[in-house]
Amino acid sequence: MHVIVCGKVIPDTTVPLQIDPKTKRVIRSGIGHELDPAAAGAVEEALRITDAHGGEVTFITMGIADATIGIRKAYAMGVANGLHLLDDAFAGSDTLGTAKALAAAIKRSPFDLVICGTESSDSYSGIVPVQIAILLGIPALTFAKAVSVEGNSVRIQRQSETGYSVVTAELPALISVTSGINEPRFPPLKGVMAARKMPIETLSASDLGLAGAVGESAARERVLTVGAPPARTAGEVIEDGGEGGRRIAVLLAARGLI
Amino acid sequence: MPERIWVYGEVSAGAITTTTLELVTKAAEVGTAEVLLLGSAPADAIETLGQYGASKVFRSADPIFDDYLILPALEAAAALIGQQQPAVMLFASTYAGRDLAAGLSARLDCGAITDVGDFALRDGSVEATIPALGGAYQNTSTLVSEGTKLLVVRPKSFEPTAVGGHPEVEEVSAPGGADVRRVQIAERVDVPVEGPQIEKALKIVAGGRGLKSAEGFAMLHELADLLGAAVGATRAVVDAAWVPYSMQVGQTGKTVKPDVYIACGISGAIQHLAGMKGSKTIIAVNTDPEAPIFKIADLGVIGDVYLVIPQLIQEIKQRKGLIS
Repeated sequence: MHVIVCGKVIPDTTVPLQIDPKTKRVIRSGIGHELDPAAAGAVEEALRITDAHGGEVTFITMGIADATIGIRKAYAMGVANGLHLLDDAFAGSDTLGTAKALAAAIKRSPFDLVICGTESSDSYSGIVPVQIAILLGIPALTFAKAVSVEGNSVRIQRQSETGYSVVTAELPALISVTSGINEPRFPPLKGVMAARKMPIETLSASDLGLAGAVGESAARERVLTVGAPPARTAGEVIEDGGEGGRRIAVLLAARGLI
Repeated sequence: MPERIWVYGEVSAGAITTTTLELVTKAAEVGTAEVLLLGSAPADAIETLGQYGASKVFRSADPIFDDYLILPALEAAAALIGQQQPAVMLFASTYAGRDLAAGLSARLDCGAITDVGDFALRDGSVEATIPALGGAYQNTSTLVSEGTKLLVVRPKSFEPTAVGGHPEVEEVSAPGGADVRRVQIAERVDVPVEGPQIEKALKIVAGGRGLKSAEGFAMLHELADLLGAAVGATRAVVDAAWVPYSMQVGQTGKTVKPDVYIACGISGAIQHLAGMKGSKTIIAVNTDPEAPIFKIADLGVIGDVYLVIPQLIQEIKQRKGLIS
């Protein structure tokens, strides 16, 4: 069984991000990068499936040169192949451009299952997985909080507003997994060492036959302006000198909340 | 001619969702509101949509929309959009809303804007406002593709307002064949939620990783019971399985706008702030003076939640005469 994971490498989540008013993109220079926790969950789910049913996992990411750090992490966790869609021509792609690039990369080899996080931890659009499935013409099973593969079919528990639904489809298929679906494994030291030597194949937009079809010029979504929203009037911040709880009660009472 | 603004109508727990009515209200303000309503719906669904301003409802009650995921709705919506060419179609940022918008954006090769907080139409083009990076910035975006513009809108972006009206109903045909039956919904399981639901609560007490363990939520429940509040949580503690997903507030959880939000041991990650910063009064308790939550709090207390919250509980009990 060949499972392909698409995931993102994102700016360090502990650093507050700034947007460059000129390019209207997140400023990435000088900021560390890491494998998106949502992508790590997708890698973990893929490895559990190949651990149980045999086969191998391929990890694909589209991103800047620093994204190799995330591919090495996926290798250290246990994936067999790492693919990096690396090209200035991808910069400024909207969700659909991203989905086109990933779908074109997925199609290069036979596969049984594609797994994505439901949304990245830095932009949350949450629509790329279904876009990929439609472009590939395969069924999409979304918002999975549990996944099982039986023979030639996949079954998930899909998160719903009131609980969950049991959803099934035949392979090949795409599933998107919610962030809490598993606890991604901590890569063993041996894996981390081995990952340093693993080859990373890079692909450009023209390698994928997508020259002119991706990137900022092809994006359907255009950012018009970036700016600061109206600031909320700053409140009061106090050190708790033993009166903190009472101060909260006073405010609640003053506003008629108790 | 006012522009036609379509809304993807959703039903949950046997009723048209509040978010659908928010979108219909907005659509009727901007242009002519029309709703696509597929699958099972309550008997008064059409009437309800009319009350909130829908002029027309495209309707199919075919069970295929309940039994199979995404593909039947995608085929039906793509065909109708092709015939009818509405200016804009609005989707709520829900599971079904995001899936259908995503599918249509790829099928129609038109893209979509997600996480929209507001929008306006100018000379046939759409300008959407997107709170970026959890509200630290606000961007505006447009779609340059021809045809219908797809917008995925955050819940609670608009106030639902009943204006009265009786919509015209146009029956639409359901797609058939094996191709749209590839993803089957085999079973629906309702998981009961204990206590008040956070999306409807006027007061919320919420906990984050600063509570250090799942047991800390017992204290928050005690405070919530005294206030008549619901208990919410951050993504981090939901992911750690301290509390169920239904309690998650944030960009990937519930969006809430209560009268008061008491954040306990919550640092204020962008993802969390996005779901609660519209609260009327925000109170935060955290040990870290640099925690971003203090930047939006009406009152921030730098201190240990295990000292501050028990004192607050005592103080409320005294004020209520429960203890002397």
